Amino acid sequence: MAATDTPELAAFRAEAREWLATNFPASLKGRAAIMVNLNVETDEPDFLAWKRAMGAKGWGVPTWPKAYGGGGLSKDEARVLSQEMVKIGAFSPIGGMGVMMFGPTLLEYGTEAQKQRFMPGIVNGTTRWCQGFSEPGAGSDLASLATRCEDKGDHYLVNGQKIWTSGGQYADWIFCLVRTDTTRKHEGISFLVFDMKSPGVEVRPIQLISGNSPFCETFFTDVKVPKDQLVGPLNGGWSIAKRLLQFERQSLSGAGGGTGGGTARFGAPDLERMVDKYVGRDEAGRVADADLRQRLIAHHMEARAFALTLSRAAAEAKSGSGPSAATSIMKNVGAKIAQDRAELSMEMMGHQGLGWEGEGFNAYELGMVRGWLGGKAVTIYGGSTEIQNNIVAKRMLGLLDHQ
Amino acid sequence: MAVLSEEQTILRDSAREWVKDKAPVQALRKLRDSGAAFGYDPALYAEMAAMGWAGIVVPEAYGGSEFGYLSLGLVLEETGRTLVASPLVSSALGAASALMLGGTAAQKEAWLPKIASGDAVATLAIEEGPRHEPLSTALAASRTGSGFTLNGTKSFVPDGMAADVFIVAARSSGKPGEAAGISLFLVPADARGVTRTALKLMDSRGAAVIAFDGVAVGEEALIGAPDKGFEVLEPALDRVRAGLAAEMLGTALQAFETTIDYLKVRVQFGQTLGSFQALQHRAAKMFTELELTRSCVEAALSAIDTGTNDIRELASLAKARANETLHLISNEMVQMHGGIGMTDAHDAGLYLKRARAAEAAYGNAAYHRERFGRLHGF
Ligand SMILES: Cc1cc2nc3c(=O)[nH]c(=O)nc-3n(C[C@H](O)[C@H](O)[C@H](O)COP(=O)(O)OP(=O)(O)OC[C@H]3O[C@@H](n4cnc5c(N)ncnc54)[C@H](O)[C@@H]3O)c2cc1C
Repeated sequence: MAATDTPELAAFRAEAREWLATNFPASLKGRAAIMVNLNVETDEPDFLAWKRAMGAKGWGVPTWPKAYGGGGLSKDEARVLSQEMVKIGAFSPIGGMGVMMFGPTLLEYGTEAQKQRFMPGIVNGTTRWCQGFSEPGAGSDLASLATRCEDKGDHYLVNGQKIWTSGGQYADWIFCLVRTDTTRKHEGISFLVFDMKSPGVEVRPIQLISGNSPFCETFFTDVKVPKDQLVGPLNGGWSIAKRLLQFERQSLSGAGGGTGGGTARFGAPDLERMVDKYVGRDEAGRVADADLRQRLIAHHMEARAFALTLSRAAAEAKSGSGPSAATSIMKNVGAKIAQDRAELSMEMMGHQGLGWEGEGFNAYELGMVRGWLGGKAVTIYGGSTEIQNNIVAKRMLGLLDHQ
Repeated sequence: MAVLSEEQTILRDSAREWVKDKAPVQALRKLRDSGAAFGYDPALYAEMAAMGWAGIVVPEAYGGSEFGYLSLGLVLEETGRTLVASPLVSSALGAASALMLGGTAAQKEAWLPKIASGDAVATLAIEEGPRHEPLSTALAASRTGSGFTLNGTKSFVPDGMAADVFIVAARSSGKPGEAAGISLFLVPADARGVTRTALKLMDSRGAAVIAFDGVAVGEEALIGAPDKGFEVLEPALDRVRAGLAAEMLGTALQAFETTIDYLKVRVQFGQTLGSFQALQHRAAKMFTELELTRSCVEAALSAIDTGTNDIRELASLAKARANETLHLISNEMVQMHGGIGMTDAHDAGLYLKRARAAEAAYGNAAYHRERFGRLHGF
């Protein structure tokens, strides 16, 4: 029991601890980073059992309502659950875009029938979702999207192209923004979901600078979509998309709390280990490279300031209603800290941080290089740093565009 | 831009043409995907040498054109633009400089003409740890009756798989951290006891780990006086740093121009990206940094040509600035291209990878800020 627990929370803590002890397989301890990967399907029996248990309990999405399979926990209970999980090296086996983005959006905008239909797959982690927002001509200016959706009476017909669809090659379903009115920009967009196995859907993986192919070009040719798969009103998709992007930024910044992986989940001790291995220390134990030392210190202080801001925001939001415009600064700060940390690591490793594959480099070093490269995307996706800053300047500070 | 002589202008223009024609970025991509053994294309290097580029700093008496470091810098700037992989820096600049600075007449006669013609590749074998710190040289050179025996390992030897001969920094006395006690040796790659292992680096250039296991060398292998090798090594390294800074300047310039071109054509929100002030100011900042960097690079190369006494601080200034500028621009190139910049099909990633490899080589920015500071009594 933690010193600050109320009697009710203390009881919940005991319950959670017991349930975790019974259900979390020891063989999975501390393996979150390896196992919870959008693109990797593992069939280790222990992992599958853990996923089934968490799915049935609803604790992969602890604060979602019980009626749709969620845990029905309060924020405090969810925090206690997360603390207890961290203690024993447990992690949520249920994640991905369904949990991070689509689920919370559907809870707000979906019809009862849609929630009954789609929530179980998200809560149990059995349906993988991908996000079909960006197009070649519509990136930062997402509302200029052109994928056509025509009303054919008993179904919709979708034609067009999406790009940068993360996990598109592995996904079961897609949530997609489509144009249902070509005469208006924001007011001509609708939010549609459909099966990636529908005839007319084609994906082509794109290779990233890190060597991975985590995303795709996605083509739609005369894809027929049942009409009950429109979420929200026709031509009302833009507000839903904006809400979904808030959830996305929140989880990217780590501001969502819980067990999800945010870009700002840095392991500070790692940098210290790297100092010992690659840089060395002087007689007084200081980092041998004085210039690097100052930058490492500044980085740690920034990371601490960010962590404090996350907890302050969480405390303030306790009574409130989910993410606010402040998630924009969170995403930018979290992304910058993650990138700075990768650059500092690269600098410390020196020549050992230049390997691509093969002899002469260990797996950690090679992984750091790929991670540094892949991490360049965090200031681009989910609304780029520049777009977040525009949102802060315009919506929060009331600064107007150049007239 | 420095005031160039007519010959220098011709050299730069012909380098620009050749690079565009024969060695665009596509050539590096091909090299990477072919998994070539050397980390460069020998046929391309032969063409470069045939144009005299490998002999630009080499005296006429040894088959070079004695055209100077600023001139070689002009060529390196152009090859840097398209990330051309070649032993120009390792052999025609680094090894040639060490030989010119400290080699015996016999050593120069044996190697400089072949380096200048491109028939041989020589390279400096300096690094032992993950970060550039030549003073920490520990590879052992023990005296024997007739010379020395070398034992130890050099890592990250540029073009180490292709090299015919190594210039090896070894410790003949004193301890790591001291300049005194470092000796330089010329060691043929086929000497008994030398083994090499290729490294696969992210910038697709050639490098190797070279192990020296009881390698016997005679007195005639010494470059410079025994224990005083650092007096040759340090000025040789400064020549490499200044030349590499010129190459990095070219890399940064091309990354910048490619990015500016993109800002002029990519439309979002009904206007080109370049019309957003948030990006305009960053473009102006990059332009400013490039101008400052050019001044430092050209000053360092000119100081080497005229033999002034501030070569060390200018070389550190040039390398530090080139590192910072290329670091900034390579990151901005990816960021300003958005999703496209993250794809392997786009060149931005190649510039980013090359940028970090060049930054780590021969001292990162912190190393050169520190060195510049010490030279200034801070
Ligand atoms: C790894 C990765 C995964 C992704 N996954 C998905 C996914 O699953 N689904 C999906 O739909 N999309 C996904 N995206 C796409 C992502 O959302 C877009 O890349 C992003 O919105 C930027 O769009 P763009 O790439 O077209 O860049 P552009 O919009 O062309 O922007 C290029 C540059 O210009 C800047 N810029 C643009 N407008 C302005 C302005 N007004 N003021 C100042 N600067 C500006 C941008 O910030 C950026 O730096 C992913 C992207 C990446 C890199």
